Amino acid sequence: MNDIITTMFNKTFMEELFKPQELYSKKALRTVFDRLAHASIMRLNQASMDKLYDLMTMAFKYQVLLCPRPKDILLVSFNHMDAIKDFIRDSPSIFNQVDEIFRQLIEMYSNLPAGEFQLIRQTLLIFFQDMHIRVSIFLKDKVQNSNGRFVLPTSGPVPYGTQIPGLIRMFSYNGDEMKKCEFPNGGSYTSPLQEGSFDLYGDRILKLGTNMYSVSRPVETHMSGTSKSSASHAKENAAPNPLAKEELNLLARLMGGLEVKKTTGSESGFRVNLFSTDEEEEEAAILRPSELSYQFINIQATQDQQSNEELARIMGEFKEEDPVSLSPCSKGDDLLAMMDGLL
Amino acid sequence: MYCREKSIQMKSSASALLNNLSVLPIAEKCLTYFTVVHCNVVNMVSASGDGLNFSHRQLQSKEGSIAASSSLIIQASWCVLPSRVLLVLTSQKGIQMYESDGFIMVYWHALDIPETPSAEAVFARGNVAATMLGHYICVGTSSGSVLVFKIPDKGANIILSEVLEEHRDPITDITTETSRSKEYIADMVSADDSGLLCIWKAGEDFKLLNKIPAYGCSCSSIKLWSGIVIAGYGSGQIRLYDALSGVVHVEVNAHARWIYALDITPDSDKLLSGAEDSLVRIWKLSKSPESHSVEHQHTECVTDIQICGAKFCDPEGSAFALTGYDLCEIIRFTLV
Repeated sequence: MNDIITTMFNKTFMEELFKPQELYSKKALRTVFDRLAHASIMRLNQASMDKLYDLMTMAFKYQVLLCPRPKDILLVSFNHMDAIKDFIRDSPSIFNQVDEIFRQLIEMYSNLPAGEFQLIRQTLLIFFQDMHIRVSIFLKDKVQNSNGRFVLPTSGPVPYGTQIPGLIRMFSYNGDEMKKCEFPNGGSYTSPLQEGSFDLYGDRILKLGTNMYSVSRPVETHMSGTSKSSASHAKENAAPNPLAKEELNLLARLMGGLEVKKTTGSESGFRVNLFSTDEEEEEAAILRPSELSYQFINIQATQDQQSNEELARIMGEFKEEDPVSLSPCSKGDDLLAMMDGLL
Repeated sequence: MYCREKSIQMKSSASALLNNLSVLPIAEKCLTYFTVVHCNVVNMVSASGDGLNFSHRQLQSKEGSIAASSSLIIQASWCVLPSRVLLVLTSQKGIQMYESDGFIMVYWHALDIPETPSAEAVFARGNVAATMLGHYICVGTSSGSVLVFKIPDKGANIILSEVLEEHRDPITDITTETSRSKEYIADMVSADDSGLLCIWKAGEDFKLLNKIPAYGCSCSSIKLWSGIVIAGYGSGQIRLYDALSGVVHVEVNAHARWIYALDITPDSDKLLSGAEDSLVRIWKLSKSPESHSVEHQHTECVTDIQICGAKFCDPEGSAFALTGYDLCEIIRFTLV
């Protein structure tokens, strides 16, 4: 866990992440995720990795979708950060790094207006659009339907800043309140809870983003029920995002610099299998609908002088290039090839 | 009351964007056109009057001469002018205007994109025109400017005639007077993310008539009905203001989540509101000597769907259509 958190919160990588940029493509995000997962001694094969990634994306989709008000996506992130800090509270150096990032998040986002948060949320929802993978823990808790859609309750506390629906107040032309009327709101709403804290420490109030597994349960994701519309994965935006590439490059360099814990035999390291048996895992890999497979470029670029020069050239190019004038090319593919070559 | 009809299937799902449904009834052809935005694509469906035949088209966002762009489309809407109808698409890169069938692009306006990406997103949103505005189409931007385009009766000689700079926050929606009567002075209202509303008179030079200050909440959708501004907010509240004086006439605690769409009927004074809380509500608007009033008439729940577009399909309001985030269909209701 320390390894993963140390890598993720690397100072330079975080600096790049904080720069204004477009949403990552699905390919780019999956690559970052894979690299992070493999930064530790953990080893997952394709099927288990796919399952873990699906779980992560659907869980985050749930959190973003269900936020009562747009600013709550920041509270969700703070819940994540609180949990991360708890994992590494005994390692002062990485704890300080995470703390520093937390402060930067607060500084950058706490005072953003609601409309900006709604735009961020709408953009995130574009990333999650058409994903309806069923997650066993969500199905059991009845937060997800069997068709993969999340349940939107018409009950419970209204968001902070909203009134319970049902009241109409009418005023005369000089501004005096004249009449009050009520109407049935079609749900069973209650008063809002107090606002969660946006400080470094505090009660976030919101439960979204806290540990889903506080009671341990078996974890499975179901492929068979996914709707046909997830075939729009294939219509994936292939245009490379230059800042994402720069970040991947940095991550690649970090990967290259880290002591890579390779499993030489079956004894060292450990392999994570998210299925009950190895056979099940293999079967899942075969049965998984092809449109859901994440595209990988597994070109074995040789780790030689030439490829490192190539990488340095691309890095240099990014620094001079106007990030906005994007020329469509296969840089994204080259990059992914380089990254595979470095490991 | 209203009864659910067969939905119209779309090629792709609706994105979570404000006012994400535009409807154009074409009475003489007995057709209705629907447009819904999905990421960088606009789904256009034309439905026959008998509800049996549908044809689909998809328009992609463009960037000047680049044929297909990945830049996200923020809004697509039909702008009805005295002698023509244009389909206006606003995206992160600029504004595209098409002839009403969606085949020919007549105009492209690139937004000023700063050299280095700033912390704020750049986009255009809030397209509107109406017969009341004359020959103008107005489009808002993320910087708060409202661009006024002068549109000829036919052809592509469209020019940017004026830029209105009263807002400081991204424009969310712009609307024009719905009533066909000429007695109302205010022609247009623009709203922004802070909740500020600006009231305008259209013309060679647009004139600012009034500014209604924000009360602390983003205004996501607005309508103008007989000199009354109807505003839907992120707090779920709907407010009615007198356009010229700014006095609040009605406050409705309408929804439990962010309101995404409002629509009104010119002929029957009905208001439609749709929100992220999965509910859509119909309200009756009326005026008495002492005050304006709003009466709740009907609520429909579209289970587990965050509504992002809601429009009446005809001027009397005998039918309405809805879109929801992640939903591949246009849901329809008709009065029985």
